[in-house]
Amino acid sequence: MEFKDYYKSLEVERNATPEEIKRSYRKLARKYHPDVNKDPAAEKRFKEIGEAHGVLKDPKKRAAYDKLGSGWKEGQDFRPPPNWKESSGFASETPFTDGQSDFSNFFDLFGGIGRRPDSGSYHSNFFVRGEDQHAKIGIDLEDSFYGNIKTISMKTTELDGKTGHLVTRAHTLNVTIPKGVHEGQRIRLPGKGGVGMGEGSRGDLYIEIVFNKHPLFLVDKRDILLNLPVTPWEAALGLTISVPVLSGTVDLKIPANSQAGKKMRLKGKGLPGSPSGDQYVILKIVTPKADTGKAKEFYKRMAKELPMNPRVSFGKK
Amino acid sequence: MGIRGVVLDRTLTLSLTEICQLCSVSPDEISEMVDEGILEPKGTSADNWQFHGYELKKLQITLRLRRDLQVNLPGVAVIVNLLEEIDHLKRPAQMR
Repeated sequence: MEFKDYYKSLEVERNATPEEIKRSYRKLARKYHPDVNKDPAAEKRFKEIGEAHGVLKDPKKRAAYDKLGSGWKEGQDFRPPPNWKESSGFASETPFTDGQSDFSNFFDLFGGIGRRPDSGSYHSNFFVRGEDQHAKIGIDLEDSFYGNIKTISMKTTELDGKTGHLVTRAHTLNVTIPKGVHEGQRIRLPGKGGVGMGEGSRGDLYIEIVFNKHPLFLVDKRDILLNLPVTPWEAALGLTISVPVLSGTVDLKIPANSQAGKKMRLKGKGLPGSPSGDQYVILKIVTPKADTGKAKEFYKRMAKELPMNPRVSFGKK
Repeated sequence: MGIRGVVLDRTLTLSLTEICQLCSVSPDEISEMVDEGILEPKGTSADNWQFHGYELKKLQITLRLRRDLQVNLPGVAVIVNLLEEIDHLKRPAQMR
């Protein structure tokens, strides 16, 4: 177990007053709460803040932590005393508890183990339902278009039944990605969440879908968008062109006299569903470079023979 | 073989009892959230309320904000609206 600097987590000095600790905790909790902060690192930070506050807000725990902490530099290994057990009375030499074990705070320290307020008494019928867990999974557009199976790995902190020690276990799960899922949708996997205690059942796992950046398409729900570069003569004269879609390519008729930004719709070519999404194609006109004498001459001739003022609406200054 | 979970989309609907069980909340608490406008189930009264996937998400956000940041229900309502607006603004500009 690595030593954690709780003062650093809460961004306070070691001699901070309880008031300063509370204020800093509240400010940081609001900043890093995962529902409010979409940065993937926010959740970890939020847990650290909670853990630090849990210890530093209680004068007894803070004193014990300070005693243990002094002389320790961050990153040094911390070996817990041998009888660091989850029994109803902790061994007296463990610094984070006193005689009457505060069960809930022990688990606050290590996170990942849930307890619901209405769960049964933990002394006789031991029953604590595991916490629901939430994860995000990055998938490609093609995964949703065709459906796929993705492997995710999760870390859970559990109480090892044999040794009674807390262990962090990595689990991998193969999750079916159904056809047509879109960003923000979640898949609920019952019983794949945090491990419960005693007779308690496991919590659920919620996986939120996030799309990886696609080289060609932008996505909005089930609709996708393709920026299509064309030459000035293609836009002006019109043509039928082969454009990429998720399932391959289709022919798209570009009408004559198309302008830049023209938006065309390929119905039903987005992500599948009821209804299926559409694919939009936006024209982007790319002009040849005027970097040879011949090219410059050509453009000057074009200006003479096809005069037009695109800024006529600006009015004269 | 992959595990097939339940996709929480608009076709999945949960009853009041089911949603209470999933999230360990009481029907009274759900009623409060509906009154506050945070949850918008289909149906005319508590006996025939139908909550779809997005309502479940809002419920879980509400419970976490309350538990972790001590936000009250009117505050949660404002936050949920702002989160929806942020999601809307994050859409690719060309598609808005």
